[in-house]
Amino acid sequence: MNYTNLFRIALKALANNKMRAFLTMLGIIIGVGSVITMIALGQGTQKSIQAEISGMGSNIIMVHPGGDRRGGVRLDPSEMQTLKIKNYETLRSECMYLAAVSPYVTASGQLVCGNNNYPSSVTGAGTEYISIRQLAVEDGAMFTEADIKTSAKVCVIGKTIVDNLFPDGGDPIGKIIRFNQVPLKVIGVLESKGYNSMGMDQDDIVLAPYTTVMKRMLAITHFNGIFASALSEDMTDYATAEIRTILRREHRLKDSDSDDFTIRTQQELSEMLNTTTNLLTTLLACIAGISLLVGGIGIMNIMYVSITERTREIGLRMSVGARGVDILVQFLIEAVLISVTGGIIGILLGCTACIAVKFLAHWPVYIQIWSVILSFAVCTVTGIFFGWYPARKAADLDPIDALRYE
Amino acid sequence: MGNKVIELQDIRRDFIVGDETVHALRGVSFTITEGEFVTIMGTSGSGKSTLLNILGCLDTPTSGEYLLDGIPVRSMSKSQRATLRNRKIGFVFQNYNLLAKTTATENVELPLMYNPEISSAERRRRAEEALDAVGLGDRKEHKSNQMSGGQMQRVAIARALVNNPAVILADEATGNLDTRTSYEILMLFQKLHSEGRTIIFVTHNPDIANYSSRNIRLRDGHIIEDARNSSIRSAEETYRSLPKDEDN
Repeated sequence: MNYTNLFRIALKALANNKMRAFLTMLGIIIGVGSVITMIALGQGTQKSIQAEISGMGSNIIMVHPGGDRRGGVRLDPSEMQTLKIKNYETLRSECMYLAAVSPYVTASGQLVCGNNNYPSSVTGAGTEYISIRQLAVEDGAMFTEADIKTSAKVCVIGKTIVDNLFPDGGDPIGKIIRFNQVPLKVIGVLESKGYNSMGMDQDDIVLAPYTTVMKRMLAITHFNGIFASALSEDMTDYATAEIRTILRREHRLKDSDSDDFTIRTQQELSEMLNTTTNLLTTLLACIAGISLLVGGIGIMNIMYVSITERTREIGLRMSVGARGVDILVQFLIEAVLISVTGGIIGILLGCTACIAVKFLAHWPVYIQIWSVILSFAVCTVTGIFFGWYPARKAADLDPIDALRYE
Repeated sequence: MGNKVIELQDIRRDFIVGDETVHALRGVSFTITEGEFVTIMGTSGSGKSTLLNILGCLDTPTSGEYLLDGIPVRSMSKSQRATLRNRKIGFVFQNYNLLAKTTATENVELPLMYNPEISSAERRRRAEEALDAVGLGDRKEHKSNQMSGGQMQRVAIARALVNNPAVILADEATGNLDTRTSYEILMLFQKLHSEGRTIIFVTHNPDIANYSSRNIRLRDGHIIEDARNSSIRSAEETYRSLPKDEDN
């Protein structure tokens, strides 16, 4: 069989019906274009979330008090008072795999400075907290161990707090702000981190020595949690195991007892978020895939119409010596040409759309090579699959009937 | 006498329509030798279309044997017959059956497109030769919708010639044309006949028999007359004797 000639014949047939061929392609163009754009958007979101998470510190380990049962009554984990200063100090002195450890207590209330006020919360932390959370002091200085020891009434504040309490643009360093009647002296301003991917303002933060928050504001002896960072990301698992061992010993838990605390790592969080965004990507890809399917059905539909319309032509071709298989291959080539050309245009359109979204809407997009290859392969298969049945029908025509078809 | 191009031996063709069997051909036998110009005539229902389909290898007889250029056709598969048509037969239809939006040359090239042994340069050359032979040397790049009926039929004849067939089968080839153009086409067929081509012209128009070398008449699936024409009229003379078209 002469495929070159059949290819020429198919090309000519399409060229004779440019508008129709283009409209048929449109289904595939939209299908492929949307598959690529959707996957790029989904992947872009995932990448940006991953970047945010590692920006928060990829090796963060968070220890929270666990839920417990006292005489059959389940207690709220945040009410648990199991994490104490002593636990923190043991962790700090004994842990080999930890680069930094800091307690974590929060108190919420109203911040007041002069005639400005702002609702926020004060985070009681150790000096290492800023390195764990990858924060940086832009102006002034972080409080010191001495401040912790003396429960000093000092604080380090974020940009949002500065903007709200000092709207005139005055230098906040050295000023006194009041939090629930406790006056705190601003000794440092943190570098701005902006919003994170979950929409939380990372600059809405007031850091104070944990002793100050515990003793002067809340009058408690336990923490809300302990933050730590492992020496490196791949040591997170060792560090977690180490913390678990130490805390179980400190809390005098028997082997049969379950942990009265929970340890969560940033990795878990990122895995959890990945699952969510993967689901999102899959959903988007499914919707796009459906439009590709609809495009394929469009091809089948048009091929049917085209074959009915060209019955006489098929009859003529058969009478001058085209075999059934020649007719079959000709119409298959036509269908595949439509779908593959549509696919290529769709890929170009999808990539253009991605770039446009990136520059105009500033959404994170990330074009996946596999999505391009996949959608191209799917188009070709679509062309063959949906072209086959009409082409078969054409090939099975009887030349005598086809020639007489009116 | 030249070679036998077509040999029919007791050809029968039955069609089953509902519960009834229709006998379209009831035992037709004849032989056509190279260089004959045969008209096959008959009224509608006489079986001439069925006979044409069998001669053109589009259909196979229910019984009897058909040898085309010495090759038995009845036992052939569909695609073998397609290849046989491609190499041995040239069709000319009443309604021309040209491809729309396609140039004369491309239309003429069509049969050769299905012959993988012929290169594209060879195909082009032969198509142009065939167009020259039918007097359309100046219309090679005209599209089918830019031509008159007579010109379209000439393109169709060129297409039938291009594969150098053993036999040209014309099915009412002048049926759609006015009188003058009909004679022009008949002149062309007579010219091809004089060049040694074998032509079978199926028609219901008895006048055409005067211009052929042999006439076969069919009625109800039988041959009722098979006569050689001793006094072949010249289509050219008839054409000249026609009153000139007033528009020209």
